[in-house]
Amino acid sequence: MSSNNDSISKTLIVVISLCLVCAVIVSTAAVQLRPQQTANKLLDSQKNVLAVTGLLSGSNVSELYGKHIEERFVDLDSGEFVAKPAKYDYRKFMKDPDHSERLSGEEDLASIKRRANIAPVYLAYEKGVASGELTAIVLPVHGYGLWSTMHAFLALGPDGTTIKGLNYYEQGETAGLGGEVQNPKWVKQFEGKKLLDASGEPAIKVVKPGNASPESTFEVDGLSGATLTSNGVQYTFDFWAGAKGFAPFLAKVRDGALNNG
Amino acid sequence: MANAKEIKTVLFGPVFANNPIALQVLGICSALAVTTKMDKALVMCIALTLVTAFSNFFISLIRNHIPSSVRIIVQMTIIASLVIVVDQLLKAFAYDVAKELSVFVGLIITNCIVMGRAEAYAMKSAPGISFLDGIGNGLGYSAVLMTVAFIRELGGSGTVFGFEIMPLVKDGGWYQPMGLLLMPPSAFIIIAGLIWLLRTYRTEQVEKA
Repeated sequence: MSSNNDSISKTLIVVISLCLVCAVIVSTAAVQLRPQQTANKLLDSQKNVLAVTGLLSGSNVSELYGKHIEERFVDLDSGEFVAKPAKYDYRKFMKDPDHSERLSGEEDLASIKRRANIAPVYLAYEKGVASGELTAIVLPVHGYGLWSTMHAFLALGPDGTTIKGLNYYEQGETAGLGGEVQNPKWVKQFEGKKLLDASGEPAIKVVKPGNASPESTFEVDGLSGATLTSNGVQYTFDFWAGAKGFAPFLAKVRDGALNNG
Repeated sequence: MANAKEIKTVLFGPVFANNPIALQVLGICSALAVTTKMDKALVMCIALTLVTAFSNFFISLIRNHIPSSVRIIVQMTIIASLVIVVDQLLKAFAYDVAKELSVFVGLIITNCIVMGRAEAYAMKSAPGISFLDGIGNGLGYSAVLMTVAFIRELGGSGTVFGFEIMPLVKDGGWYQPMGLLLMPPSAFIIIAGLIWLLRTYRTEQVEKA
């Protein structure tokens, strides 16, 4: 190598041109592949919705989804269904000041800082949307665990309180400890429990591992070795079943808002 | 271009004689993380082989123009760009695997094999042979990774590439899986075992006490 390489001008030229070339390559790849990646994400989300309702079978996800799932949008404050807002993206809207509400420290049980004004809900029909026979209501919930925001779908029965399924599909907790929130065995405990008590208050309790009484309709065992993640799950439920979450919507469900449609 | 014999040494030498994991003990961390399932390990191997080969190629291509004062950062820039491209490709065409591999694809950037080969080989060799050196070291890495993944998946879940070989007790079979094999420490034990076997067979690799 010639010593000329180490002159300041040569160093700068090499470094700057290398950065430019690399930047162009990386951004081209990112832009070119984005449509494909977005399609994958959508498909993945549809798959998760189907999985939590137990309707996922076979591989044709978009067909199953179209047949069984109806996507609706709920104004969280009033609990009323609203039309799909333009350019709707739940993940973006929950951070956008125009479309979300800042939560005060007291309200922010799940440590999520902001909450979107409009959230999607997925209505599942086991016999197909056309049958009109509602079998489950899927709510997107999320909350902070130990390291990460954990995203899940929660499926409730048509009564709006019996839990039919829970599916944590995105989390970055410690693998093997908190990461076990994804474990199908663990989330299975939630099936059949009640999210709300008779007065409509959040009632589900994640208790210390091994302490959940089998007769209780509200208690589930926490994850052993992952107290903070378990707490995060508890807070997620407290928030999303509460007044700032889906409570107004669920109250309307109990009053029969979904029976006529 | 070098002669056929040299090509063979460069390409297959790293598989047994000069294995990057077993002899050079590089790239151990990813070998622990991605070897619970063989399909995950395979994708990781392909990704790492491609990245090593192409980073060697590009670095070798501009090796006479890299100022030595900033050579490490220049190598890192090339490697990082390649890894991002691979990550984007995986997310577009193998979404499920990309989701499971998550951060480990990104961590190829810090995998010592890529950096080590760039610094030790590509900086002083021609592009063609450097490319082959990258493939060769990728193969060496893959050989170890796939062996470890095979043992861990078979012993830990009773499957190979997701196909059931030994039916598990919980599914009504006879095999009680060995939970330890699914934990990262087991990969340490297996890799150590492999190194021991390799050095028993090839005594020239044993370091002098």
